[in-house]
Amino acid sequence: MIRFAGTWFRYGSSWVVRDLDLEVADGELLVVVGPTGSGKTTLLKMIDGLVPHFSGGELRGDVIVAGHSIRDTPPTELAGTVGYVGQDPAASFVTDLVEEEIAYAMENLGIEPAVMRRRVEEALDLMSLHELRDRRLTTLSGGQRQRVAIAAVLAAAPRILVLDEPTSALDPGAAEEVLSSLTRLVHDVGMTVVLAEHRLERVLPFADRVVLLDGQGGMVAGEPGAVMADSALAPPLIELGRLAGWSPLPITVREARRRCGPLREALAELPTLAPEADGGDVVAKTDGLCASFGNLLALDGVDLAVRAGTITAIMGRNGSGKSTLLSCLAGIKEPSCGNASVGQTLPANLSSAERIRTVGFVPQEASLLLYAQRVDEECATADEEHGLAPGTTAASVTAIAGELAPDRHPRDLSEGQQLALALGIVLAPAPRLVLLDEPTRGLDYEAKRSLVAILEMLRAKGVAIVVATHDVELVAQVADHAVVLAQGEVIANGGAREVICHTPAFAPQVAKVLSPLAWLTVGEVAAVLEGSPS
Amino acid sequence: MRRERTPHAVAWWIWAAGLALAALRTSNPLLLALLAAAIVVVCVARTPRDLQQSPLATFARVALIIILVRVVLQIVFGQRLPGHVLFTLPSVPMPSWAEGVSIGGPVSIEGLLSAITGGLRLAVVLLAFGAANALASPRAVLRSLPGLLHEVAVAITVALCFAPEVLASVRRIQQARLLRGRPTTGIAGMRGIAVPVLEDALDRSIQLAASMGARGFGRRPVSVSLARERTALATLILGSMILLVGGYGVLAGSSVVPGAAWLAGLGLAAVCLGVGLSGRRAARTRYRPAPVGLRSVACGASGWLSALLVVIAGVADASSITWSPWPLSWPQVTPLAFAAVVIALVPLLVAPGEARVAAASGTKIAVS
Repeated sequence: MIRFAGTWFRYGSSWVVRDLDLEVADGELLVVVGPTGSGKTTLLKMIDGLVPHFSGGELRGDVIVAGHSIRDTPPTELAGTVGYVGQDPAASFVTDLVEEEIAYAMENLGIEPAVMRRRVEEALDLMSLHELRDRRLTTLSGGQRQRVAIAAVLAAAPRILVLDEPTSALDPGAAEEVLSSLTRLVHDVGMTVVLAEHRLERVLPFADRVVLLDGQGGMVAGEPGAVMADSALAPPLIELGRLAGWSPLPITVREARRRCGPLREALAELPTLAPEADGGDVVAKTDGLCASFGNLLALDGVDLAVRAGTITAIMGRNGSGKSTLLSCLAGIKEPSCGNASVGQTLPANLSSAERIRTVGFVPQEASLLLYAQRVDEECATADEEHGLAPGTTAASVTAIAGELAPDRHPRDLSEGQQLALALGIVLAPAPRLVLLDEPTRGLDYEAKRSLVAILEMLRAKGVAIVVATHDVELVAQVADHAVVLAQGEVIANGGAREVICHTPAFAPQVAKVLSPLAWLTVGEVAAVLEGSPS
Repeated sequence: MRRERTPHAVAWWIWAAGLALAALRTSNPLLLALLAAAIVVVCVARTPRDLQQSPLATFARVALIIILVRVVLQIVFGQRLPGHVLFTLPSVPMPSWAEGVSIGGPVSIEGLLSAITGGLRLAVVLLAFGAANALASPRAVLRSLPGLLHEVAVAITVALCFAPEVLASVRRIQQARLLRGRPTTGIAGMRGIAVPVLEDALDRSIQLAASMGARGFGRRPVSVSLARERTALATLILGSMILLVGGYGVLAGSSVVPGAAWLAGLGLAAVCLGVGLSGRRAARTRYRPAPVGLRSVACGASGWLSALLVVIAGVADASSITWSPWPLSWPQVTPLAFAAVVIALVPLLVAPGEARVAAASGTKIAVS
C-alpha cells in the first residue's frame, strides 16, 4: 500500500530521513515511534506528499503511495487516497460547523451529493459524533475536535489514514475513545493506518507493527514485542516485563496480568511501602475557590492545601478546571469567590515583581515564556527584570537544562529543552511554589525522565510543586498527592497511591497489572525485589 | 430533495437589500420610521433562538449613534438654515475664505429636522443589514455563491473564522507576559505581544493551507479549459463594474448617470452570463444545499416589491416620498407608500417561527 524505497530527505544540511526502506501492507495499523526530532512527522507527511511539496527540502529515492509516486503527485491529488490529521486538529479546520467540516473534502473532490450525504452520516456514526453535528467547531472539547478531524478525512473515503500524535492533548478517557474508533476502522473498514505517538503505553496494544526511529537515521521495524525487546523507549509495561524476564514481552495489560501470578505472589509477601511523608508547612491554600469565564463556572468551591517539599498532581478531563486552578494560584486569574493564598498573601494582589518571587508558573506552551533571540540574552534579560544578580538565571538554567549553547535561538531548541529553559528562568528568583501545566505534552521518554529528575531535585529542596497533567505515568512516578477535578469540583483528594489506584481511568499500567496490590512504578518493584533476600 | 422549511439565506439578504433601496429612495421621516419598524418586527420574530447575541442590536446602536452625530454636527457646525429659531449658540466669526463653514449661531427646528431625517435614512439601511445578519449568517450566504467565486468565498470564510482565534492568541500571550512580569500595555507591551501573535497567525495560516491542500482544495479536473474559465471571470468582473455604476446612477437619481437603469440591467446580464459560463463545470459539488422554493422567492421578492412601490408612489405623487421641513408640516403617507411597508412584512407569513420549524422537524423524526 505504501512503499518507501531508498528514501532520503533533508530540509537543510543534515538528513532527517536516511535510506529508508519500508513497506506498509494493506489494512495494517503501523505505529511510528522515536525520540523528538527523529523525523516521525516528516515520515508521516511524506505519505501525504505534504513533504516535499509543501515543505520544500530535498528528496532522494521515492515513496509510492497506492501506486502514485509522491514525486509527481501533489497532496491535492492524493486527497481521495490519503487522509492526514496533523498534531493540532483545530488548526486544520476550514469551516465553522461540524457537519460542513466533514463534507469539506468531499465537496472539493466533486462527489455526488447523494453519496456525500450518506458518507457524512457514516462518518458521524463511526466517530460517534451524531449528537454534535450542528455544533460550532470552536465549542468542542479537545477529544471531540480530534474525532471531528478524523471524521473529516474519513468521509472522503481514503484508503490510508495518517495521524500525527492523535492522543497527546487528550485526557486518558478521550484518548481511549479516539483509539478505539481507530481500531474499529482497521477491523471493520480495513483501512491502513499509520500513526506517530510519544505515549507508547496508549497505542502499543493496538499496533500490528512498530517502526522505531533512533534519531540517527536508523530504523527497526517489526512486531511490537520484538521491537520493544531492546528499545530504549519503552512504556512501563514493557519495562516490567523485562524486569520479570518474561519472553515474549506482553503488549497488553491483559497478557501481562495472565502471566504475572508468580510476581504478584512474591510481591504480596514483601513489606508494604511506607506511606508518603506529609511534607512541611502549608505553602499554598485555596478556600472555597470559585472562578468563572462569563457564564461558565470553571471552578466551584475548591479547598486545597499544598505543602512544602511535596508534589501535587491535578488530574481530570479536558475542561475540568485544572488550568484555571493553576492560574488562580499564580494570581493571573481573579477568583470570583473564595480565595487562593500563597504563604500569607493573595498572589492576585501582589505586584508582578513580587508575584514572580512568590510563585513560578510554566504554562502549557512553555515557549510562550521565551522572547529573546539567543539563550544567553534570554537569561540576561530575565536577571534584569527579576532584579537578580547577573548570572543567577544562567546558573539556574544550567542546573536544570544542562549546558545549552548560549547562541542558540530558543525556538530552535527541542520541546524538552524549551521546557527546561523556561523552568530554569521561572525558578531563578527561587519561588516557594512552582506550578506546571501539562509539562509532558510532546516530550519523549528521555525528556520525561529528565523532567522527573528535575522535579525530584526541587522537592528535595523543599519547593512545593503543583502539576496539572493527563499523564498518569508521570503522576505514578513523582506525585505525593493527587487531586481529581470534575466540572470544577474536587472529587478525589489524597495520597497519590490511593487516589490513582482506585480510579480505573487514571491507574498506571503497573498498578493495572499488579492490582489489587498498590504498586505504581517499575522502579518501586525493582527496588523492593533487589532489597528482598529471595 | 429536502422540503423547503425556511427561506434561503440569500433570500433574506435580497429582502434586506430591497428595503435598504426603498429607504434610500425616500426622505419622508414617517415612511422611514415605518420601514424601520417593519424590519425590526420581522427580524425579532424570525431570528433563530440559538443566536447568542443578535447582530441587530449592534447595528441598531450604531444607527442611533449616526443620528446623534448628525444632529450634533448640525447644531455646532451646520449650515445656518432659515426657520423657527430654537436657541442661539455663541458664534465664532470665520475669515472670508472659510465662508461655507460656520461655528455656532442660531439653531432652527427645520435644520434639526432635516438632520434627523438624513440620519434616519442611513439608520434604516444599517438596520436592514443588521437584520440580514441576524436572520441568515453571512457564512451561509458565502456558501451559496456560484462556483466561480468559490476561492473568494473561502478566503472570506477563513478570515471570519480567524478573527476570534487571533483574539484568543492575544489573550494567551498576554498571560505569558504577565508571568514573566513584562508589560502588557503601552508601546513596549504592544510590540512584545504583536510579534508572537503574528508568528502564531503565520504558523496557523501555513497549517491551514496545508490542511486545505491535503483535502483537495483547488483541484481542477482536466476537462475544464482554462481559457473558458478566464472568459467567465472577465465577464463577471466587467459586469459587476457596469452594475456598480448603473446602480449608483439609479440610487443617486437619473441625472447623474445617463441611462442608469439600462446600464444596471446590462451589468446584471453580464454578471449572470459570467456565472452561467463557469457554472456549467462541475468540479465541486455542494453538500446539502439549502432548497430554494416559493418561500424564498416570496421573501426576496417582497423586499424589492416594497422598493418598487416606493418608487411608484413617488412617480404618482412626488410629495408622498419626499418631505422637507420648509414649510413646517406633518409628513403624510399615501396608501401606496403604506402598502410598501405592509409588503415588507410578507416574510412573517412565509417564514415559519422557531416553534413551527421545531415541530416540523419533530414530525419528520417521528415518521422516519
